Amino acid sequence: MQIFWPILILFIAAGLAPSLTRQSEKLAHYGLSLTALAVFGLVTFWFEDVQSGPSVASIPWLPALNVNLTFLLDGLSFVFSLLISGIGALVVIYAGAYLKGHRHLGRLYLFLFVFMGAMLGLVLSDNLIAMFVFWELTSISSYFLIGFNHNGKSSRDAALQALLVTGAGGLILLFGLVLLGLAGDSFEFSELLAQPALILASPLLTPIMILIMLGAFTKSAQFPFHFWLPNAMEAPTPVSAYLHSATMVKAGIYLIARCTPLFAAAELWQHSITLVGCVTMLTGAIMALKQSDLKRVLAYTTVSSLGIIVFLLGLGTEQTIIAASVYLLSHALFKGALFMTAGIIDHETGSRDIRILSGLGLQMPITAAVAIFAGLSMAGIPPLMGFISKELLYDAVLRNSFYPTFLIIVCLATNIALLAASVVIALRPFIGAKTTLPKAPHDPSIGFLAGPAVLALLGFIFGFFLEFPVKSLIQPMAIAIAGYRLPVDLYLWHGLNLPLLLSIFTIAAGAYLFKERRHFRDSKILSRFFTLGPERGYFAIFKAVVWLAAFQTRKLQSGFMRNYLLIILAFTIALVGHTLFYAISFDKIFEAGFTPLYHEIALAVVVIIGVLAVIKMRSRLGAVAALGVVGYGAALFFVFFGAPDLAMTQFAIETLTVILFVFVLYQLPGFTSFSGSLTRFRDLIVAGGFGTLMMLIVLAITVKPYDPGLSTFFAENSYTLAKGRNVVNVILVDFRALDTLGEILVIAVAAIGVYALLKLRIKAGHEK
Amino acid sequence: MKNKQSLIVGTTSRFLLPLLLLFSIFLLMRGHYQPGGGFVGGLVAAAGFALYSIASGVEEARRALRIHPRTLIALGLIGALLSGLLGIFWGGAFMAALWFPYPAPVIGLIGTPLLFDVGVYLVVVGVVLTIVFNLAE
Repeated sequence: MQIFWPILILFIAAGLAPSLTRQSEKLAHYGLSLTALAVFGLVTFWFEDVQSGPSVASIPWLPALNVNLTFLLDGLSFVFSLLISGIGALVVIYAGAYLKGHRHLGRLYLFLFVFMGAMLGLVLSDNLIAMFVFWELTSISSYFLIGFNHNGKSSRDAALQALLVTGAGGLILLFGLVLLGLAGDSFEFSELLAQPALILASPLLTPIMILIMLGAFTKSAQFPFHFWLPNAMEAPTPVSAYLHSATMVKAGIYLIARCTPLFAAAELWQHSITLVGCVTMLTGAIMALKQSDLKRVLAYTTVSSLGIIVFLLGLGTEQTIIAASVYLLSHALFKGALFMTAGIIDHETGSRDIRILSGLGLQMPITAAVAIFAGLSMAGIPPLMGFISKELLYDAVLRNSFYPTFLIIVCLATNIALLAASVVIALRPFIGAKTTLPKAPHDPSIGFLAGPAVLALLGFIFGFFLEFPVKSLIQPMAIAIAGYRLPVDLYLWHGLNLPLLLSIFTIAAGAYLFKERRHFRDSKILSRFFTLGPERGYFAIFKAVVWLAAFQTRKLQSGFMRNYLLIILAFTIALVGHTLFYAISFDKIFEAGFTPLYHEIALAVVVIIGVLAVIKMRSRLGAVAALGVVGYGAALFFVFFGAPDLAMTQFAIETLTVILFVFVLYQLPGFTSFSGSLTRFRDLIVAGGFGTLMMLIVLAITVKPYDPGLSTFFAENSYTLAKGRNVVNVILVDFRALDTLGEILVIAVAAIGVYALLKLRIKAGHEK
Repeated sequence: MKNKQSLIVGTTSRFLLPLLLLFSIFLLMRGHYQPGGGFVGGLVAAAGFALYSIASGVEEARRALRIHPRTLIALGLIGALLSGLLGIFWGGAFMAALWFPYPAPVIGLIGTPLLFDVGVYLVVVGVVLTIVFNLAE
């Protein structure tokens, strides 16, 4: 239960944020920052539990459908929770400073906290379905955060693109998770992880792996879905630092890591993930050097780093799993810091163009120091944490038996490009000659600098004092990913060996590449190869969908009620009639005789007369009244056959329908044109066919032997279990209350729809 | 519609509205034991206001209702959701029914299903009146 609290607190804070910000911006900034810090504090308290092994806590939600709010706390979810809540708190502090005085700051807090809660829920969920719900919630909050500046078309387009790509991936993932749950006969990760053999033996294994990988790749911006991430840089910088570098894009990585014990033995899983990670890390690193916008450089390096982690997880050996864990931690620290310093530069100078940013070091020395520290970690310079993760990467790839030469070349190329990119981001803007900028820069307030400074310092401290993070974070995490105990020993100094030589080579080559970056940036062939391909595919699909929607709207949505009715009835007759024809023997139907009573016959005659009157009536109001007679007749049948609840509702509905019709008809002219005989004949066929179908269905039901199971259950239990004597009502408000909740939600939405149709059209008319 | 006011409709609707409202609450409260319930109760209440709006105009009907139909929908949904959420904390699962142990006079037992039914009632009244009022305007 205690795992539930941080998530709940974050959601409650999200709900309060907008009104609090409206009251007092300063108070909201302090209050929300403290809330986020408190959540981080709560998460750190799990430290002891994690050391003693995984633990599971459960809140029943829909136990009948295997949907429970179950949480799994182990090394993997703990490290993710620390990153989410810790960086989250720093980002909230930073965001309040960054968007000081912004009109919609409250809205930003709202979505930021919703995201934080959802992300925490995602990594802590043990139940597959609960995880999926949180997964979708992160996509949706990301959509709102990217589109925060909703007045700009580019930011709306980027938000939609991110939502469509990750949303489509989410749907694919849902299929995969459901199949996984069926194959493993459990919807809990903890139970699935206990029996990987069952999954590996399942005939569904291949589709499950493909679906889950697609979900993970779209979320973590892997090639060929990587294009949405650089576009997502339209979001305000705190959002980019948090969602699109440190946390949300790592959800896919989390999923792959979580599933590693299940699928690592399958070749398809290993090879696809390794390959995709490989292509992604190279693509991202090369594209990063071709950008001129500071944030886009960062975005592409993030794509590349995500690729590296995915690649390491794909290889799946002990060393690579440790390397992936270390890389994940160090990347979150240095990339979060670099995004925030990029935001400071943007805020203070009014520009993010790396071609004009220069010589800022003297004007904003603290920012420069922070950025350089983080940049050193990203470049993999000792003694920072980034150096250790790069050494581990080389070491792990060299020891791996799977194309080591090819892979080490790709890793080298990626790291060289990343090193050059880190110089571009973290060093270049602060050195060199001063240039004229839109604003005169200086070091910003403490709220701005606290976040990046803490992250950059941590990267430095963790590099020196490896003992603590290794024992308390990396080891439990690696054990959770691998699924078995493995030794973790990391050192800053490995001795003079091949990885160290490769590191030295990387630094030298990276420095050279930085010097020659202009040639690289202007090369046309590379950019065409890497950018346009996948994104062009996205636009083609987008266009096709819009075309299809327009096409079917033109064909089907005529706007005339009669056409809709015709289509619906015709399809019902064809589909239901088809099934009925094969499922039921007609002899039996006509054999079953029954003798109606006199009052029933009389009522039937009244209903038939009412129907004839509706058809023949020459005024609308008369037709409506006649229709009311038909409805009341039907309701009386309910009374005869012992369904007073149904009858009562039907009476009320009929009355209201007549009232509504009167309101509408009042505004319509009388009948002017009547349909021709051909149309009438067609309508007669459809109406007659539908009537016959319904009659056959009713007869077919009466022929089948009556199964009293449900009625008996409700009759017996409605008083004992639900304390009500009216079975119909007990079903509605107790046994099936969830259905009813859904229904009242639907009619509420329908009312909003009616309101919009009636009112907005009138307003539009006024404007003309 | 105002210019077509009929004296008979106008006078009767003024008496009918309170009676119908009383009847609708009667239906709502007895729903758990005998025919009735939130849905039909809400329809009857809405019908009363609809009749009133025909007789005295929408302006007057809105004034008689006092609360905006939109607010009723929101309140109803919140009430229904709340009745479910209470179950999480004390009943063991979402939507688990909780009952006050001693029956109240006339109404019978009081518990979260009744709160849920009140939510249904409010949503139905709100939805129908949203449609009726907007159509009539």
